[in-house]
Amino acid sequence: MRWTLWIPLALFLFFLGVAGYQLTQPKDDTIPSQMVEKPLPEFELPAAVETMPGASRGDFIGGKPKLLNIWASWCLPCIAEAKQLEVLEKQGVEIIGIAIRDKPADVATFLERYGNPYTRIGADDISQLMLDLGASGVPETYVIDAQGTITYQHIGDIRLEHIPLLLEKLEEAAQ
Amino acid sequence: MIAEIGLAALWLAAALAALQLFAGALALKQGEGAEGNEDGHFAQLVRPAAITQALLAALAFVMLLWCFAITDLSVKLVVTNSHSMKPMLYKLTGTWGNHEGSMLLWVAVMALSGGLIAWLERRLPVRTMLATLATQGFVALGFYAFLILSSNPFERLPVPAPEGQGLNPLLQDIGLALHPPTLYIGYVGLSVAFSFALGALLTRQVTPEFARVMRPWVLGAWVFLTLGITAGSYWAYYELGWGGYWFWDPVENASLMPWLAATALLHSTSVLAARDALRTWTIMLGVVAFSMSMLGTFLVRSGVLTSVHAFAVDPERGSFILVLLALYIGGALTIFALRAHSISEGKRFAVSSRESALVFNNVMLSAILGVVLLGTLYPLLTEAFDVRVSVGPPYFNPVSAIFAVPMFLVMAVGPLLRWREDKPARVQIQLIVVSSAILGVLALVAVLGDYSLLATIGLALAVGLAIAAFLPLRGRRLTRVPLATWGMVLAHFGVAISLFGMASESAFTKERLAAMVAGESVSVADWQITLDGVDPIAGPNWTAMEARISASRGSAEPVAVTPQARTFWAPFQATSESALLTRWDGQLYAVLGDSAGVDAEGMQRWQVRVWWKPFVTFIWYGGLLISLGGALAIIGRLSADLKRRKAARRGAERRNEARALAAEMKEELV
Repeated sequence: MRWTLWIPLALFLFFLGVAGYQLTQPKDDTIPSQMVEKPLPEFELPAAVETMPGASRGDFIGGKPKLLNIWASWCLPCIAEAKQLEVLEKQGVEIIGIAIRDKPADVATFLERYGNPYTRIGADDISQLMLDLGASGVPETYVIDAQGTITYQHIGDIRLEHIPLLLEKLEEAAQ
Repeated sequence: MIAEIGLAALWLAAALAALQLFAGALALKQGEGAEGNEDGHFAQLVRPAAITQALLAALAFVMLLWCFAITDLSVKLVVTNSHSMKPMLYKLTGTWGNHEGSMLLWVAVMALSGGLIAWLERRLPVRTMLATLATQGFVALGFYAFLILSSNPFERLPVPAPEGQGLNPLLQDIGLALHPPTLYIGYVGLSVAFSFALGALLTRQVTPEFARVMRPWVLGAWVFLTLGITAGSYWAYYELGWGGYWFWDPVENASLMPWLAATALLHSTSVLAARDALRTWTIMLGVVAFSMSMLGTFLVRSGVLTSVHAFAVDPERGSFILVLLALYIGGALTIFALRAHSISEGKRFAVSSRESALVFNNVMLSAILGVVLLGTLYPLLTEAFDVRVSVGPPYFNPVSAIFAVPMFLVMAVGPLLRWREDKPARVQIQLIVVSSAILGVLALVAVLGDYSLLATIGLALAVGLAIAAFLPLRGRRLTRVPLATWGMVLAHFGVAISLFGMASESAFTKERLAAMVAGESVSVADWQITLDGVDPIAGPNWTAMEARISASRGSAEPVAVTPQARTFWAPFQATSESALLTRWDGQLYAVLGDSAGVDAEGMQRWQVRVWWKPFVTFIWYGGLLISLGGALAIIGRLSADLKRRKAARRGAERRNEARALAAEMKEELV
């Protein structure tokens, strides 16, 4: 019995199956942060714009779960995302912004033009918090629970269809 | 007009490949060629079809070269990959510096080798030859379809572009001019071996004669793959500026896997040719070797794996190649499973014999191939379960070493053994010499310092192998040693040299990263490095910051080296041009990094990274020696074969003449 002769073909068919399946999958180039489900790193950032307070880790402790939104006035998807952040704010979500490598004047102009959903905005001029969070780009949004633990990471701009998901994640973090 | 001629040539070549396939298949089906001639209706079409197809495919490629040479900006491929300001050399090499052009180069080379076989090869039984050429046509047809339907290199733009977008600056390098074509020739050589293997399998003619016909193609493919990998590794080493020569990147693995398979195939072909053993195994390796080149193509161009080599990827192309893969590899493996049992097993041999050593190393090579294949495909597999992993040197190095170390040991002994059966006692002196060399180096390195286990073993094996490589010449008159044996000796010695370079690089490299102001000095190993200054300079299509560094060793005169950080503007990209200073015992490797602010006195500081890599160049010298050995073997085998053939023909003629003479005399007597 020479069934061993069929082994190469069987292995190859297995490869074909996996490769074929992978080809049909949408290519996902995002890199999820290793910090999810870990405590938010310690940080204390000065105000990004004169009219609003800066942000620190302490601002996330206690109360309801909050959103940490990484953005910048120079970032185009952040403009697209601004409307959705406003919707979330109207639903009673507290959003703390982190402006990456930005200038106070530009931040002010952005808030004036596209709305201000934030309660606080910290200025991260050297992307330190971004690195600590394991963020892969701007914008990104994190759900932080009342104990200061990162429970969810959203990569890229928030679209309309992402709002229910984010609200659900905030709900889960509250429990 | 030029592009249209090219496209028309491509279509015609595809039609001829179809003719070659169907004529060959019908001829076999009708039982033509059984009497040893090619006069059948269909059989007589096959060779001319293959030759004409070769000419047309070559014409198509020349037309594309022409489009690039004159920078025809109405052709889409030229617009996306070239620029009128580029130097002529890089305009031409740009032809294959992209997906479509490189595929065209591939099919052109494939058609040319098919044409070459059809024109010259007359040693095989007619039916095997018909099956081989039909298979070759079948494989070519798939690639033509791929080119014409999903990657047409001659596509025109509705409106010509005002200027081209340029070639990726990393590719504007002489290394690129040589690296891909050599690899493609290697891949294509394996496709020929694949066709031969299938031809022999289909007609059940797996004979030593078949092995002798296939061997030059396998050897040729192997020589070119070795050269291609060596060139690619050196290119990555000096062009990327990372200081490494092998990164276990999926695309590097994609070129290594066919090489491993081809190495195994080469040795089993030798066993088949010399001893008529290992029939099934040789056929299997013939199929696997080409499968690995196809698989490599799929991985590089479909984008299923993330790699630094990513071509402009496209899932549609990926699916197309996957279908071709399913057709060729799946088909070949099915035929193999159905047919292989009807091939009788071939000659037997004893455990202690040269065949055994070759079989052992074949298995080890296949195991390493499996290790690399698994490591390369593993991310693909885990991603199906939503887990992202990347497999790197911590897996590849030790796991492949498990199989490589015994392989190198057997490789030292194998060539000393006799065919069929031998007593180890006969070669005990040689065994003692080699093993004491290995143990001696092991002890020496252990005393000298604390180096990694793999590097230490590597150094010892390299020395042992280098000695063992020349032992087969012992006691022979050097002028009478056949060329092919010299080839083997050189190739094995090259492996030792390469291994020595790798082990030495990994054990003894010294590295220094410093932020320096002009006039400052640092030392690395026994070198004194002084930064004299950093100046802007301009090239034909780039500007750069160039560091003037003087490097001196001991009391010798300082030598100037000038690493650059280049910025290309079409397309915009920054590259690092490392500066290399080659000495017989190693290389000084300097890279200029970013500016690192100013020091206390307001002087500009620059990041400078310097390595001293002892004997690193041996890695590539070894690669060249291996290729040279392979080339000598081809010449040796071919000329010996031609000589034997000529002698046989002359013998036959003489017999005929004698018979005719005898008949004449008889008549006269009567």
